[in-house]
Amino acid sequence: MRPLFKFHGGVHPPTHKAESTGRPIAQAALPSKLVIPLHQHVGNRAVPVVQVGERVLKGQVIGRPEGRLSSAVHASTSGTVSAIDMQLVAHQSGLPDLCITLIPDGKDEWIAHSGVDYRQTAHTDLRHLLRQAGVVGLGGAVFPSDMKSYSHKHQIRTLVINGAECEPYITCDDMLMRERAGDILRGAEVLRELLYAEEVLIGIEDNKPEAIAAMQQAVLEDKHAHMEVIAVPTLYPGGGAKQLIRVLTGIEVAAGVRSTEMGVQCFNVATAYCVWRAIAFGEPLLSRIVTVTGNVEHAQNFEVLLGTPVDELVAQAGSKPDTERHIMGGPMMGVDLPSGSVGVTKATNCIIEASSRLFPPPPPALPCIRCTRCADVCPAELQPQDLYWFAKARDFGKAQEYHLFDCIECGACAYVCPSHIPLVQYYRFAKSEIWQREREAQAAELARERHEFRLMRIEREKQEKAERLAQKEKAALAAKASAPAPNPEPAIAAAPATADPDDTLQMRIDAAVARAKEQAAAAQPKNTDALTAEQQAEIDAIEARRAKIREMAAHAGADDEPPKSNQG
Amino acid sequence: MWSSPFITQPSSVSQIMLRVLLALIPGIALYVWYFGPAILVSIALASVTALATEAIMLKLRNRPIKPFLSDNSALLTAWLLALSIPPLAPWWMVVVGTAFAIAISKHLYGGLGNNPFNPAMIGYAVLIISFPVHMTHWLTPHALGGTELTFGEQLGYMFNGALPAGLTLDAVTMATPLDTLKTQLHLGLSVDSIRDMPIYGHLAGKGSEMVAIGFAIGGLYLLFIRIISWHLPVAFLAALFATAGVFHLVDPVHYVTPLFHWFSGAAMLGAFFILTDPVTSPTTARGKLIFAAGAGLLTYLIRAFGGYPDGMAFATLLMNICVPLIDAWTQPKVFGKKGGGK
Repeated sequence: MRPLFKFHGGVHPPTHKAESTGRPIAQAALPSKLVIPLHQHVGNRAVPVVQVGERVLKGQVIGRPEGRLSSAVHASTSGTVSAIDMQLVAHQSGLPDLCITLIPDGKDEWIAHSGVDYRQTAHTDLRHLLRQAGVVGLGGAVFPSDMKSYSHKHQIRTLVINGAECEPYITCDDMLMRERAGDILRGAEVLRELLYAEEVLIGIEDNKPEAIAAMQQAVLEDKHAHMEVIAVPTLYPGGGAKQLIRVLTGIEVAAGVRSTEMGVQCFNVATAYCVWRAIAFGEPLLSRIVTVTGNVEHAQNFEVLLGTPVDELVAQAGSKPDTERHIMGGPMMGVDLPSGSVGVTKATNCIIEASSRLFPPPPPALPCIRCTRCADVCPAELQPQDLYWFAKARDFGKAQEYHLFDCIECGACAYVCPSHIPLVQYYRFAKSEIWQREREAQAAELARERHEFRLMRIEREKQEKAERLAQKEKAALAAKASAPAPNPEPAIAAAPATADPDDTLQMRIDAAVARAKEQAAAAQPKNTDALTAEQQAEIDAIEARRAKIREMAAHAGADDEPPKSNQG
Repeated sequence: MWSSPFITQPSSVSQIMLRVLLALIPGIALYVWYFGPAILVSIALASVTALATEAIMLKLRNRPIKPFLSDNSALLTAWLLALSIPPLAPWWMVVVGTAFAIAISKHLYGGLGNNPFNPAMIGYAVLIISFPVHMTHWLTPHALGGTELTFGEQLGYMFNGALPAGLTLDAVTMATPLDTLKTQLHLGLSVDSIRDMPIYGHLAGKGSEMVAIGFAIGGLYLLFIRIISWHLPVAFLAALFATAGVFHLVDPVHYVTPLFHWFSGAAMLGAFFILTDPVTSPTTARGKLIFAAGAGLLTYLIRAFGGYPDGMAFATLLMNICVPLIDAWTQPKVFGKKGGGK
């Protein structure tokens, strides 16, 4: 037995997984339309490359990746582009984003595509294929996989394949492993090759014995060397990449550090599966497995075309009439969807139909009694009660000092809080406020630079003017010199510079500017200068949520002053 | 829109407080057994006062009354205060102490969760400073076989200040075992000869030692169900034991055994029920150890060298002052940042 490691804290919420594992993965019916967002990944939004009215084929690129960190978006089936416009999307912000609406023609006609032999293909080309196939992390982070599969030789020792699936209700990875273990492992092999990794550790929580057996069986059948399927203890959030890496290897990847720097890389099982389909068959990421569960007649996993409206999907599982909302993801970290009309995206691993019977609203929040149950369960080993206090008091500097940005928002703290304080909301609020302030500081810095340049220009013009004047007078003097001149006047322009009251003022301004600069440098928020690309991309997304969070926080509790905006 | 997590554990502040109240019951039962039911009247009186004060303060502060009144925290303060003062204390003392604890030391600091000092200990401190004489009249345990008041006579004294004809207060009350020890030591007696007095039992005071054991049993229950963490009681009792042990080893004639200190006064109540108040104790594990050890040391010093019969309350309050500092100093390293780096 391989020795496993522990991570701090964690909780055991009821899993509710059995509901949706009783049936095999079903192919979801072709929907009446597909609403495909162009921003389904971390990084830059894809740029539309089709026109309204254009007929597209299944697998055809409809959004090309823009910039280094981006990914392609494809037509999930053949049909006609009916709109390219802003629509509500499956995202926490609840804000609209650019989407391509596709009316399927029912033929499901593929574009010409073919795979390559990964052993015969250069790594650069493989990564390019992944980017063009729109492969991104399907565990929820949707980080472009090509950007994660770059490594020098001997840099990465361990490739972790994440099949832990720790969130309650979600079973899409479980079912994928049960039914398609072979392709997952072949994809893992491609990734291992790309990363030059020495070993592949596949971590699966021990509440999924069927998946573990299927994966182990596939390892044996296909004679994968360097691969090991490992059952890890069921403990939320054990499926977080950092937590799983910790459990399997003992390595702790700190916030803001790339795991590759510590010799580990981690991919989700569904991502590995898509890598294989993309490389070996040339199939772009057009569909994914989605668990539909909760308040439905028959919970089940579906293979769903990206862009399928959530309403049409949940109908196939028999969503009950008293459903009040759709939660995308699990109950611990999921997102309350703004509408049932949004399309399924690459990040949609699960739709939980929620009713107030299944998910009763929490009782009103009481004040924090510092019982530290939150600290006991925090996998990042933070002091959530202190962070809550600082966020509430808007002491954001202190919140950062107490490692606010190490929070992974897993929700374990809020889950155990006996005062029912929506802790994670407070942390999201504090983070977004800090980002906002940083942006404002940057804008101020820019304005200051402009102002300084203007002062410099004015000064230069003044000097030039004075010089011209001096020249003129010199010329005049020279002209006078030829004539007899009993009282030659001293040149005005030669007066000492310091005597000029304007100049002392200028010096004071300069000094003040320098002081202000120093202060600004000193007041610069810590912790945030080493943002990873993921975090940087997330900033924009989270910014959009700020307004919402404030609004939500306004209802946060009986004793709690709602956080207000800066202007408040 | 609602945001994650969408599920919470079915625990609540009122449930936690209720369990702490339950854990006090073994100690209270033994209290009644050895000293009569007067303590129950004190507890009831304190409870009513605490709830009434809580309601009035919530009303004055424009806070919702029902969720806070049902959180059981005021009741806990009331019980702890009633258990800290003599059971025969006049009714107005119970009322004054409890009302002060709730109104001043809790609500004026912001209510539940915001008070820096343990409210019950503030109430105790106010009473012992204001009414020192009343605070020394402890009932004698009936195991001593002396004159005993009936329940009716106890009530008569508590509410009217009247004793049955022919009885003086000194005949039915006594100083605490800790207090007696201190006075007798001052009179030049040795620890051994003092311990031979009839008021002392196997560990400490007759009756009161059993009550202390009752509190310890309740405390172990709280440890078992993880309402409290081990750090506080263990560090407190260890520090008290170690300090008392050093003095006892050096000079056994003048310094009583560590076990005597464990089972005297409010040590057990304090270790498991007072220091463990989460609001007024540190949040970090190391902080809890420092806080409780400090309280243990101070308790001993006040008992051995101070002017008050017991040191628990003042030791707790003194350590309460240090909590923000201790918390700031003992911040643990976070995930991934333990290896020397920042």
